[in-house]
This record gives sequence, structure tokens and C-alpha cells, in this order.
Amino acid sequence: DQVLRVVAGDGAQLALLQALGDREELQVDFWHGPTKPGHPTDLRVPFRNLQAVKSFLEANDVAYSVMIEDVQELVNEEKRTMTLSRRLERSTDTFDFASYHTIEEIYDWMEALAAEHPDLVTRLQIGQSYEKRPLFVLKFSTGGSGRAAVWLDTGIHAREWITQATGVWTANKIAKEYGKDPTVTAILDNMDIFFEIVANPDGFAYTQSTNRMWRKTRSLNTGSSCIGVDPNRNWDAGFGGPGSSSDPCSETYHGPRAHSEREVSAVADFILRHGGVKALVSLHSYSQMLMYPYGYKAEPAPDRQELDALAAEAVRDLAAVHGTRYTYGSIIDTIYQAAGTTVDWAYERGVRYSYTLELRDTGRYGFLLPAGQIVPTAQETWPALLDIMRHALEHPY
Amino acid sequence: SRMEALPPSAAGRAAALATACVRYGRGGPGRALSLRAVTAASAQDIGNVGRKYHLKLVLEDILEKDHTVNCTAEILYHLGNTNAAPDVHFEIEGELKSTDKHDNIFYKRIKSLKEELVAQDIPDSHGNVPLGMEPIRLLAQAAAGYVAWQNSTENTRYELAQIKHVRQAKRSDDYLEFDYMVLLHEFVSQEIIPWQMTVLWHPLHGVKVTQNSRQPKHEEH
Repeated sequence: DQVLRVVAGDGAQLALLQALGDREELQVDFWHGPTKPGHPTDLRVPFRNLQAVKSFLEANDVAYSVMIEDVQELVNEEKRTMTLSRRLERSTDTFDFASYHTIEEIYDWMEALAAEHPDLVTRLQIGQSYEKRPLFVLKFSTGGSGRAAVWLDTGIHAREWITQATGVWTANKIAKEYGKDPTVTAILDNMDIFFEIVANPDGFAYTQSTNRMWRKTRSLNTGSSCIGVDPNRNWDAGFGGPGSSSDPCSETYHGPRAHSEREVSAVADFILRHGGVKALVSLHSYSQMLMYPYGYKAEPAPDRQELDALAAEAVRDLAAVHGTRYTYGSIIDTIYQAAGTTVDWAYERGVRYSYTLELRDTGRYGFLLPAGQIVPTAQETWPALLDIMRHALEHPY
Repeated sequence: SRMEALPPSAAGRAAALATACVRYGRGGPGRALSLRAVTAASAQDIGNVGRKYHLKLVLEDILEKDHTVNCTAEILYHLGNTNAAPDVHFEIEGELKSTDKHDNIFYKRIKSLKEELVAQDIPDSHGNVPLGMEPIRLLAQAAAGYVAWQNSTENTRYELAQIKHVRQAKRSDDYLEFDYMVLLHEFVSQEIIPWQMTVLWHPLHGVKVTQNSRQPKHEEH
């Protein structure tokens, strides 16, 4: 459907236009009725009758121009904006950060955040999960081109619900603090932040529908009745080595090959294509640790001293909020040997400030952390994340 | 060989085992013992025997705000024979706060129930523990300390992940008896392991696990 603007040159042409309106079969709809010669008349013409109407106007020397190319698109857009703002009212103002949410609620909230901060936040899709759920990333950017970036992810292990919940709170915090908090402002004035809140949507959905303790992806394994690959053993860094399992039934199954999981390859490809990621933090739970590479080998990382000092600072600032004690060190020293981890892969691809955080608690509730601890956990994690991002900003390489 | 000092963070599994043993030895429905910090750690290889850890720990009772106690622990993980539970000795400096009052309230409450207690999914998916069920959860956690002790090696760390099901069993004597089906979380393998435990408790006699067995994993894989 199009809207045509017509100016009747004289009374005769005006009569012609009125006659046009009288022809029911054309279903012409006047937005501005034909009133006086020299005054524009807007008519909406259904698509199937466009040719006939235009021929008629041309044959009678009535000048016209196309006002709106596609009315349907406009209507759709309007509907979309209305729905969005209804969701907006429901979402960013009323979103309950102190409870656990479904994927749909989180995805809707992400869309609403982007709509509320159009100059700062966009929701990108970087791929699809095994079960074809979208893999969404929030991009925080104040513009520029070729900027350095920070990558954050939560929810790579489905059952670690405190991480997705902390992710939502943190994304909200970033958006709200830009222009207010000097550190956030300095970071975003110079760098972009990419935040993947639900890094394993299939697993997450499964923890909500069927098995709260599910960890892995939900990909089918050839020749086995067991499902899923550990997405934090599937990266191409020491892949397949000790600290991962070759048994598809194991919780630490590394998968048939590195990056076999779509959830992993989408992120790896994104980071490699971007080329400018300078810091990466991958959030897990539980055990209250802040760790840097390596997990797959005992050899100290070349930047160990710097990474350790930054970890010490972050852990101190975290403890200052609610008194929560974290330990820190390399993955292999602090928790266990783990091969094929996100953090080792990122580090070996040149992302110097690669960290993994294990959030609350230390075993009292474990994965089933009461919702009342979501906000305190997110609040204390925030200064640690800022320390890492600020350090990356102040130490460009 | 000699005792070598370890960075405290490297003794995490041994410290968790010590904590599990303290939970079993001193725990109950009124006490929520937790590891607050490892202040010192050292380890020694003893030829043909195993590896011995010496730990200095700080424990806290979460229900007693800011109340901490120091604890020294010695753990010997036996070489080779993986069926032997590690030897664990611990000593607590000073006194844990008494739980007599809470223990007696809980004891009377359960004794006066008209029907045997039955419950499931503690905590639930959102971490909620229904009113009055926290003592049941703490009791399970104390009992799980025994299971952890009996099944630990240098490369394992067990935590109680969830109570799937608990049923009180009738008894003619003064003990309370609960039959638990729990999920244990083993940290290094990241496995969730169903485990059955029969637990006795009495305010004066503490916690006892009279029966326990690993259960097959429930099959939706």
C-alpha cells in the first residue's frame, strides 16, 4: 500500500479526484480529503490498485508524488514500538532483579534495555544454540570505530543460576552508570563492552523444565545415549587433555573436537573476527574464586605477576562490599586442572586480561543459592569487574 | 620426605574434607559450620603410606554471627588402596556456641508431630528452604560430612547439593531417624551423585549415619 500526495490543479481535477474516491472497487482512502485546488490531497491506495490509480492520474495530468512507500511497514513499526513500550513499562522499571527469571524474561528484558538506551545498548545475535535458540549479546558502545573491547559472559554452565542473574543486574548497572560513574564513563568512552548473559540457553531451559542440576549443552552425542558437552572444556586450548573427559556421559566431556559446540564457536568466531578484545571475564559458580590462566597446564602464564596483582586488588574490592572472601590464583593452582577452558583459549589468542570468577557461595547452598543473595552477589562482583575493565583501559596493548 | 608449605589455596580439597569431618563430629540441626579461611597448609609424602596434610583453618558457625573458631587438622590420604577412607584428626580451639536451646526446640517439635515428617527438594530450584526445614537441611549436611569422609581422595571434594527426599522413620527409642535421598556435588568431576543416607540424631548424642549407599544416576541424561 502506498500513500500518494496529489495536488489538484483546478476544479476539474478536483472533481476527478472526488470521482476516484467514489469508485468503490479501487478502495482509495483519503487522508486529506480533496478540498480546494492547490491544496494537497493524500490518498492511501491498496497495493493491488496502485497501477490503475497511477495510470488514471497520469492520463489526466494530475501531478502526484509517493508520500509513504510502504504503509504496512509503518503500521508494523508502530505496533512494534507500542508493544515494546508496553514491555518497557513492564520490564526495565518493574524487573525484579532479586529473583530468578526464565530465558524469555531475560531476552525480553535485554530488548527493553536496548530500547531504553538506544544510544548505548544494542542487542546482537551472534549465532544459534544447538536447539536453535538465539545467542544474544548486549553491545554497550558510545560510538567510534575499531575500539578495544571487553567480553563478559554468564551462564555458560546452565545450573549456575547466580551467574545469569548477576549478569542481568550488571548489564543494567552498566547502562545506568554511564554518564554518572566516572570509571564506567571512562571505560565506555574508549572501549566497547560485549555481554552475553545466557551463554548456554538450551542448558538453561533444561534446568528450568527438567533437571535443575544440568551443566552442559544439550547436543546429541553420536554413539551415546548421553547428551551434552561441557562448554568450558570445549575450547581450543589444551583441548582433550587432563582435566576434561572423553566420556560423553561425563559432566566434563570435552566434545568430539574443539569448538564442536555452536555455543562455543559462535563466541570464539565473534571474538576472533572482532580482533580487539582486550579483557575477558567468564562468570561461573560456585566457590568464591577469581582465577587467571592456565587451567590446562602448570606452567605459569607469562603475565602471571600482573594478573595476580590485579586479582588481589579485585578480590580486596569485592570483599569491601559485604565481607565476602574470595581466593585467587591460576585455575590449576586454585581449583583443579581443567583443559579446554574459555579463559585459556582467550589468553592464548592474545586477550591478556582473561579471568574466570566463581561466584557465591562456598558450598552451603551451592548451585541453589537463595534468590535473596542475587543482589548482594552482583553488588560485590561489580567493583571486581570494574577493576579488571579499568586496568585494561589503562594498560592498552 | 619433608613437610612442604603450600599456598593456602592449594589445600582447598583437604580443607573441605576437614570441614566435612567437623560438621559430622560437631554438627546437628542447629549448627551451620562453614570454612572461612585456610590460614596455613603444608603437605608431606610418606613413602608407601600416602600424603599427609597439616592445616590451620578458621571455621565459622553461620547461625552465630561472626563467631569463628580456629581448627587444626591432619589428613592422611592413603596411597593406592582407594577403598580406605582418609585418616582425619581435628582439634578445635575453644568452644563452639551451644546449640542446646535450638536442638531441644527442634527435638520436641519433631517428637510431637502426629505424622512422620516427609519433604522434598530442600532447597528448591530457587534456593528456598521452607520455614522450619533448615534444621532438616543442616542435619543432612552434617550427615553428608560422614559420606564425604568415607569416600574422599586427594582428588575429590564433596558438598551437599540438595535433599531430594526425606522421610522420618518411626522409632521406639529417643532417637530421631530420617531417611534421606540427597544429591552430592563432587567438585573435581562436577558430577551430581544421588546418595541414600539413614541418619540418627539425639540432642545429647549427636549425629550418626547408620546406613548409606551411592545410588544410580536417574536417567534423563
